[in-house]
Amino acid sequence: MDSRLQANTSPTVPGTPDPLATIDSVIVAMRSLPGALLPMLHGIQDVLGHVPGAAVPRLAEALNLSQAEVHGVLSFYHDFRTVPPGRHILRLCRAEACQAMGCDALETHLQKRHGLTFHETATDGSVTLEPVYCMGNCACAPSVMVDGEVRGRVTAGKLDQWVQQWRANAGGNP
Amino acid sequence: MSVTVYVPNDSAAIGIGANATAQAISKMAAERGIPIRVIRNGSRGLFWLEPFVEVVTSEGRIGYGPVEAQDVPSLFDARFLDGGPHRLRIGHPESIPYLAQQERLTFSRVGITDPLSIPDYEAHGGGRGLRVALQAPPADLVEEITKSGLRGRGGAAFPAGIKWKTVMNARAEQKYIVCNADEGDSGTFSDRMILEGDPFVLIEGMVIAGLAVGATEGYIYLRSEYPHAWVILLAAIQKAQDAGYLGSNILGSGRRFELHVRLGAGAYICGEETAMLESLEGKRGMVRPKPPIPALSGLWGRPTLIHNVMTLAAVPVIVDKGGAFYAGFGAGRSRGTLPFQLAGNIKRGGLVEKSFGVTLREMLYDFGGGSASGRPIRAVQVGGPLGAYLPESKFDTSLDYEAFSASGGMVGHGGIVVFDDTVDMARMARYAMEFCAIESCGKCTPCRIGSTRGVEVIDRVIQGRQRTENLTLLRDLCDTLSSASLCAMGGLTPSPVLSALTHFPEDFQRPPALAPGGRASRTIRRH
Repeated sequence: MDSRLQANTSPTVPGTPDPLATIDSVIVAMRSLPGALLPMLHGIQDVLGHVPGAAVPRLAEALNLSQAEVHGVLSFYHDFRTVPPGRHILRLCRAEACQAMGCDALETHLQKRHGLTFHETATDGSVTLEPVYCMGNCACAPSVMVDGEVRGRVTAGKLDQWVQQWRANAGGNP
Repeated sequence: MSVTVYVPNDSAAIGIGANATAQAISKMAAERGIPIRVIRNGSRGLFWLEPFVEVVTSEGRIGYGPVEAQDVPSLFDARFLDGGPHRLRIGHPESIPYLAQQERLTFSRVGITDPLSIPDYEAHGGGRGLRVALQAPPADLVEEITKSGLRGRGGAAFPAGIKWKTVMNARAEQKYIVCNADEGDSGTFSDRMILEGDPFVLIEGMVIAGLAVGATEGYIYLRSEYPHAWVILLAAIQKAQDAGYLGSNILGSGRRFELHVRLGAGAYICGEETAMLESLEGKRGMVRPKPPIPALSGLWGRPTLIHNVMTLAAVPVIVDKGGAFYAGFGAGRSRGTLPFQLAGNIKRGGLVEKSFGVTLREMLYDFGGGSASGRPIRAVQVGGPLGAYLPESKFDTSLDYEAFSASGGMVGHGGIVVFDDTVDMARMARYAMEFCAIESCGKCTPCRIGSTRGVEVIDRVIQGRQRTENLTLLRDLCDTLSSASLCAMGGLTPSPVLSALTHFPEDFQRPPALAPGGRASRTIRRH
């Protein structure tokens, strides 16, 4: 069985939102919006942390699109994930202003010290590392976004602190 | 009576501790039984002083900065609420040379007012443009914009008046105003600062534009990388609605304008106007061929006036004070002011709104104070990732559209990214190609495939393999990209690459052992 499908049909963990119910409620809430597909994809990912494969046929049906069209949009935009991310999301800015202040060294540090590479989640599920290209924080570079919050003038030491904290929490709360 | 304290709610200030500072001030005031009122303002744009705290005293506003939470007890001990002396005391913000030497028209209220207070907005000149516009015939408004010489601030610098006239004269049941708030150029943050620090000025500009061209609906396409701006903008639209700036009866005039915000999803190409329209319509952000121009056939095929945040935010002051007033600033055919942004390796990074005609050198040294690292400035990229890299010999170029483009650069959105002498320009050239490969919408072959080939060719140069042949190939590839791409993404990617090659050829001739081997071989992943 396709692993994504399996994830969608597994019993709901108490306290976590039910994927299918979430998808359907987002569709109902937004179906009258003009150009609703992007808002719907955002709405689903905001609740579930990703857009599960089961959303594609439902969105296609609701918006009178082909599944290929929905998949085309879903896969076009960097923001949308089709697999669940780690418990924390660390986005490191790679754009020029941050490069001028050493973001490449931070990328290398995250890889060598913590085994974190772009587009991947740590094996303990504690954190997903993603690249981002400009958060408008260019006068306080290098910048990261930690769970949706922009942080400026980031150092390797600061990254160590966050990652270690997330790792420690992951150990106690699998 | 309570003392008023300002602590910025700008996301860059928050990113270096402004929330913690605000909390520490509130907590300590409560502990000491001192009544205070904390207002979360926008940022003045002097980021080396952030978190920049201002206190309203009998002598006016007194600034302290940078104030970290740990500095708060000593500030209270120094009676900072009365403007008392302290090592972090800066004095009157307006007398800081960095601010005093600016010409703030678009940014006149940012850092001064409460971004979400309509009364504060109006007390500082906000809303006047809209009131003028409600009394004026549409053609007069278009005439004022034309007279002001305002040109598109997003990068293309197209005369705004011509666009307005085209949309005004287009016949359709529905027209739209679309604000492109997906400014993804590295080194630019003026849009974000307006969205967070004075959102009403953008809303007012869009309503005026709607009245002028006959559009009753507007969309703001906001980049998802600005989550804080999203929250503030939604709150501001609600307040504007409540105050009658938006809705079916604008300030009791019976005129109508509805405003919606849509979130992008992390695609740089959606800063290109036609890709943005596709995205607003819920599709992949693929560039559309022009013609038809969006002014005649834009959002859902209707006439659409598209401007970026800075262009629309300049509208209220133009309509309030007249096109001639705005045109009184500037140089040559570049009229008015541009909010420049100093970023990257710069000592005093921040926002500098100046008339066109200031030189790059004045920006870098008089305002910026040189590099943050203290090392010599070696290269500067102006106008975002598609802008040229300029060496010191170009620093005396006047920052206006024509002069800058004559010297091989592009003012673009006014972002200035500074690099010191540790920069490897071959690597920056490689990055320009890599960025194009990651962000290309894929519509045209030169951009989609050429960018990946560009990375490979530069890798071979860095690795010292057949350098002469590969550099010839690289120039040839750049020629294809610039002449055969549909939009600026593919068309201008050669600009950083070729400027690096022209001005910093030595970086392409380094011994292969010193080339960034591991990174150079990194594969490109779109996701």
